[in-house]
Amino acid sequence: MKYAFFPGCSLDSTARDFRKSTEAVCERLGIELEEIPGWVCCGSSPGHATNSTLAVALPTLNLLKAEPMECDVVTTCAACYSRLRAANEEMAREGDVRQRVDEVIGQPYRGTVRVRHLLDVLVNDLGLDLIRDYVERPLTGLKVAAYYGCLLTRPPKIVAFDDPEHPTALDRLIRAVGAEPVDWPAKVECCGAGLSLTSPDVMRRLAFGILEMAERAGADCVAVACPLCQSNLDLRQRESARAAGRDLTLPVFYFTQLLGLAFGLDPKALGLGKLVVSPRAVLEKVGMPVA
Amino acid sequence: MAEVDDKLKESLIEELERRPETQISLCYQCQKCASGCPIAFASDWLPSQIIRLILLGEAREVLSSRAIWLCVTCAACTARCPMGIDLAQVMDVLRRRAIVEGAAPAATPEAIFNEAFLKSVRQYGRVYEMGMLLRFKMRSGAFLRDVEKLPTMLAKGKIALLPPKGADCAAVREVFERTEKQK
Repeated sequence: MKYAFFPGCSLDSTARDFRKSTEAVCERLGIELEEIPGWVCCGSSPGHATNSTLAVALPTLNLLKAEPMECDVVTTCAACYSRLRAANEEMAREGDVRQRVDEVIGQPYRGTVRVRHLLDVLVNDLGLDLIRDYVERPLTGLKVAAYYGCLLTRPPKIVAFDDPEHPTALDRLIRAVGAEPVDWPAKVECCGAGLSLTSPDVMRRLAFGILEMAERAGADCVAVACPLCQSNLDLRQRESARAAGRDLTLPVFYFTQLLGLAFGLDPKALGLGKLVVSPRAVLEKVGMPVA
Repeated sequence: MAEVDDKLKESLIEELERRPETQISLCYQCQKCASGCPIAFASDWLPSQIIRLILLGEAREVLSSRAIWLCVTCAACTARCPMGIDLAQVMDVLRRRAIVEGAAPAATPEAIFNEAFLKSVRQYGRVYEMGMLLRFKMRSGAFLRDVEKLPTMLAKGKIALLPPKGADCAAVREVFERTEKQK
């Protein structure tokens, strides 16, 4: 199975471990990821908050580059996923935005390249039965709070692979590798996204709210599918708890890291050393090699 | 009460009503958006109030609000609106307008951040996080924030020290230039 891989900017910087674990897991599963040559930033939130043409033109540049690769695009960043899909929608419909984007790019694009998130690919293309076959060290006894965040599930018209209020793809994946997904109410609550840099006091309250809910639900750790969510819940866990006058320790894994562990892959290859809140206690609990 | 700017009100409403998913006149104030908004607690206006303000002609109030910048476009409102109003998209229109009309307060950190981010994309074709953060800190004055995190991030290799390579910079620059001319 081959996919045109769109990593997005953070995967080469703050989310290096997401890239490492994604590549390791895909290699084990026989998924070929061919990076889109010359890919550019999708524009993320600053793009759509600033200019409607730019917001669609940047992702469209990438989709045009992926077109000759003749396969679906896969991405792991929730924002990139959202922007690429939004661009597809705008370019598939006649209107002001499409016209302006056609003008600035100079090459027409009509929303023909399919964009997928890795979670969708694993659960729906490969299927959970196949994933179960690759499990060598089931994560038995590990309670995981599956955290989806915003852009993976909303707006439903753009994202469309799971229920926007009660998604289950990540929960089912967690179960397939032997762990127990906890039932908790903050699955799709926003982590605060870019406010971590601009209005951090707001982000801290949101992040702590999520972490506290996971803790209350009995989770040993949180599984995420977005670089910014991971950063806000992990790198900024201590400051968020402190702001709430509390102490909290909950490791935050990329879902690909948990998969990799269950597949018996080397923790170093999964970038576990980059987690700020140490996963040591959790790994010991499930009898895993400590990184 | 703020002066009603009729000309501004009309073109803002016109812009919104033009697209089927941003027809704010359909809003009947059910408050589902306000109830689910994660940043409502910190905001000057609820999303439902933003809609009402626009319809009442208080465009200036809306364009100079904190609300439109605290909004993280999580789209909980969009997902829940029973009338199918894409409120997240409405917020984008408002942010773009605020910049163009010069209505956003000069020291809005989110606007400064967005600008720093896009400058980085324009220069490298991808975001050079380190460079962008420095620019943002200089412009917003938040010099010391997060400084205590730097040792951890460097030790764990969590941030790239050098600018990204490999992007089709020429194509990106052209897109930026042409978009500017279009305005």
